[in-house]
Amino acid sequence: MMSDIFVLIPGRTSRQGTALNEGKYTDTYKEEITTLMMNAEDMQRLDLETGDRVRMWNEQAEVVVTCKADKGESPPGVLFISYGDISSQLMGGDTHGSGMPTSKGLDVQLAKAE
Amino acid sequence: MTLTCITNGLLHDPANNIDGVVRDVWIEDGRVVAAPTDLGRRADKTIDAAGMVVMPGGVDMHCHIAGPKVNVARKMMPDDKRTAEPVRRTAFTRSGTTGSVPSTFATGYLYAGLGYTTAFDAAIPPLLARHAHEELEDTPIIDKGFYVLMGNNHYLMKQLQENEPERLKSYVGWLLNSTKGFAAKLVNPGGVEVWKSRGGNATSLDDTIDHFDITPRQIISGVATAVDELGLPHPVHIHANNLGVPGNYNTTLDTMNALEGHRGHITHIQFHSYGGDPDDQSTFCSRVPDLVEYVESHPNITVDVGQVMFGETTSMTGDGPLGYFLHKVMGRKWFSGDTEMETGCGIVPITYKNKSLVHAIQWAIGLEWYLLMQDPWRIAMSTDHPNGSSFRAYPEIIALLMSRDRRREMLARVPGGLKERTTLADLDREYTLNEIAIITRASPARILGLKNKGHLGIGADADVTIYQPNEDYQRMFELPRYVIRRGEIVVEDGEIRSNTEGRLLHVAPKYDEGPIDDIQEWFEKYYTIQFRNYPVDENTLHEREVIGS
Amino acid sequence: MSIAEQPPTTETPELKIVKDATCTFCGCVCDDMELTVENNRITKAKNACVLGKAWFFNHHIEDRPDATIDGQPVTYEAAFDKAAEILLNAKNPLTYGMSDSTSEAQRVAVAITDWIGGNLDTTTSVCHGPSGMAFQGVGEVTCSLGEIKNRADFVIFWGGNPAESHPRHFTKYSLMPKGQFVPNGRKDRTAVLIDVRKTKSAKAANQFLQIKPRSDFELAWALRGLAKGLEIDPDIERKTGISLETLTDLMDRMKKAKFGAILFGMGVTMTRGKHINSEAILALTRDMNRHTRWIAKPMRGHGNVTGADNVVTWSTGYPFGVNLGRGYPRFNPGEFTSSDVLARGEADAALIIASDPMSNFSQPAREHLAKIPSVVLDPKLSDTARTATVAFTTATYGINTPGTVYRMDDVPIPLRPAFESPYKSDYEILKEIERRIRAKQLGV
Repeated sequence: MMSDIFVLIPGRTSRQGTALNEGKYTDTYKEEITTLMMNAEDMQRLDLETGDRVRMWNEQAEVVVTCKADKGESPPGVLFISYGDISSQLMGGDTHGSGMPTSKGLDVQLAKAE
Repeated sequence: MTLTCITNGLLHDPANNIDGVVRDVWIEDGRVVAAPTDLGRRADKTIDAAGMVVMPGGVDMHCHIAGPKVNVARKMMPDDKRTAEPVRRTAFTRSGTTGSVPSTFATGYLYAGLGYTTAFDAAIPPLLARHAHEELEDTPIIDKGFYVLMGNNHYLMKQLQENEPERLKSYVGWLLNSTKGFAAKLVNPGGVEVWKSRGGNATSLDDTIDHFDITPRQIISGVATAVDELGLPHPVHIHANNLGVPGNYNTTLDTMNALEGHRGHITHIQFHSYGGDPDDQSTFCSRVPDLVEYVESHPNITVDVGQVMFGETTSMTGDGPLGYFLHKVMGRKWFSGDTEMETGCGIVPITYKNKSLVHAIQWAIGLEWYLLMQDPWRIAMSTDHPNGSSFRAYPEIIALLMSRDRRREMLARVPGGLKERTTLADLDREYTLNEIAIITRASPARILGLKNKGHLGIGADADVTIYQPNEDYQRMFELPRYVIRRGEIVVEDGEIRSNTEGRLLHVAPKYDEGPIDDIQEWFEKYYTIQFRNYPVDENTLHEREVIGS
Repeated sequence: MSIAEQPPTTETPELKIVKDATCTFCGCVCDDMELTVENNRITKAKNACVLGKAWFFNHHIEDRPDATIDGQPVTYEAAFDKAAEILLNAKNPLTYGMSDSTSEAQRVAVAITDWIGGNLDTTTSVCHGPSGMAFQGVGEVTCSLGEIKNRADFVIFWGGNPAESHPRHFTKYSLMPKGQFVPNGRKDRTAVLIDVRKTKSAKAANQFLQIKPRSDFELAWALRGLAKGLEIDPDIERKTGISLETLTDLMDRMKKAKFGAILFGMGVTMTRGKHINSEAILALTRDMNRHTRWIAKPMRGHGNVTGADNVVTWSTGYPFGVNLGRGYPRFNPGEFTSSDVLARGEADAALIIASDPMSNFSQPAREHLAKIPSVVLDPKLSDTARTATVAFTTATYGINTPGTVYRMDDVPIPLRPAFESPYKSDYEILKEIERRIRAKQLGV
């Protein structure tokens, strides 16, 4: 199974923001931060369908998320996820002297979860 | 009630005609009281000031110490602090940083350490008044207040445009009450609005300001009139147009004329005393004698100097276009912040070099002002901290005024071309201690209309500084023996003894509330906060005192 | 009666309406909320956006203990004592968070950290800290939001998605409003969105520039070159995904604007380059002022993160990443910032106020935080509160407590609470902790 390098962009969404207020232990919030939005071409190439579980990993961690086809927001090679616990696990501890960990534009690999 | 007596000191209280006479000062309940007539009543506490000089606490009537602009400068200049002596935390005082823009706790401690017990921040946008209050509450020991920026205010300019002086007056009253400020401040009247709308500036008092069809002259005259009619303790406080521009002494004369006999305070006048041609740097020179002559013959006018001293500092001003100009000249980092409907701001680090003829002339001009002005009651010491220098330079300035030898030493280290551009080398005058007491205490207090400050007559706030005489006047004034606030020793031999909070001084002028509906209608169209959320809630403020009726 | 107290709320026993209330969920800090309160719950929030409504409707009084030690409910007294003990015993404590808190509470947090000589950092370090650093290098040309509303005819949103992160920004400040010199509102404005992804915000813009990830610096630098009239290598397209022709056209239009604004977000600060990206944008904005008026503004995220910057700065001289361990403030992002101090295992205790690093920080940081004693203040249960040694349930600022907050453009705004909470505010809790720390230190 090929595992290309993708660029992951964690970010805010309205749904993440509203669910955050409802509570970080609600189903809505958990669902929101574990849903990986993908470009349709990429999904096709990797033989993925909305709802499939995927492993996403880099040097820092490996997480399992659910993929979902986006509506054309991301170009091929770019992934989006609502930021939270899951996306933060993929951040490294090194801030390169800036105080800010690299939180967007993370290189990750993907594979369908068995 | 603790009755305190400062005994045997050499008292300098020029406001009460006491010029270096051995006299006791009696204090009770934070105020100066008469000596007890009942011989049985002894002092509960005595401070022996034998051989020492006793003065009222210092009053800095123009500095930038709190609020949004100052805080941006702090944020922008970590480099300024890295090698500067920090203020270390002690058992009961907070830590801080210095450099040219000290942090708030450091500011209070440093002022108190110099024997200053009152200071006023010169420029706060009304929309951001809350911020100034919070910072002042974190500025310990000294009494304080601030001036409210009005010279580029849209509502104010609109009333001038529509010829509504009554509404303008109400607005000034409403603004001061809403912000709990102390005075009306004009900074480059009209000019900042031109910068905000198209990146330009006003260059004469008769320029028409974009969109408002009025002139800086109208702003000056309109606000001066309103301030006098409202009976405010301090006159309209003016940072004139064309600050720093060679030849600007003409603008300064125009500005003083525009007052039309109303009271006016021209601030950091050093920066506004320049002769010469802006296109030919070699013609840059001092025009102080002309200006002194005018001020001496117009009792409605008072000034503070805005002394430049050599070294690194930070320029910070409500004069947005000036900031841009300094950035272009110096090439250094630059902050500009425009506040909706009200004002602007410019911050640029700056270095004054004794080897630069231009800087040397600026330095000399400040000293010329002090030395040429015969009436010390209408001139106050200032460095426009931190623009000309830090307030920590006051002891050095005092030494320069009291010793012509000291001046000569410095004159030897500046370019010789200075001699033709200013009269400083010819001035032999040496200030007396009494005159120093006037320009650092009594005259700023009087100019501000603070009846209980700047003197030690009965009823005055018991803010006292006690100095150990020293031939080196700089050393003498740098390290007071005691600094007393409301009768309590707050500093002793350079150590803070009491971390009190200090008090906010503000005005609450009566004004006609009729125009408030009109103000609200205008406000709700253009601002981005709610009308009700604009005024500062006095219940959230700490200790405060209303000055004036 | 003071001017600020005029029109009151309308109140019946069951129903209360609070006007001119302030929402503190995002940096917009909208103060035109009209809240309907019934039985200690906000049931209507007129003028609130979807995030604001979620904020108001979900911060009701929960049934949680006032305070816990190691997860067990305790009295306030016991919790204050333990909290003070933890902080006093630490050699290198960290105070972090503070952005969802009033400036009054922030000042106490700073005081505590000063007395104990700890590290002082706020959520800024993982938000616009890099922009703060850029500003320290280059300066900034900016303005209050009303200036954008009243003057801006050209607005560039860069690396942000205001439609989802600051929903009312377009309508209240930057795109829709009719301004004093922008009388036709949206029609008088040109909006450009620069981002990696075509988000909901793209619909609001006239032009969307889809930039390749991690090329914001190069794009800003190319624009600077174009502003100065330099020749730019067309290879810029390969790097950024945007053609030189598009950029040249953009710069021409930027120069013709009367008043332009660049509003930039985390897309700029969180990705490769970080503060260097912000610096490029600030420098570009500064350069544009040679041609016409331009400003730049970081889009601050949380309600009072701007306040945190201000409070820490006026108290210490530095905005974040401050260390007070030697008895005076020292500043060094990367050395004293919380992500580093935790990830490197340097902090030996933590005071966390209204934030959730256990969910948002890197793994190494979280692992270390879980190992050290911590004191946590939060209105809601979070992973950080769960792993705390001492946890306080606090009243929610702006909903239950009054105070001052600073909008993203540094305008200070008062809070008008809707209903009271049985829980103490973070201000009250921090004051109690400070009192105990001071008593111990002064031997009283």
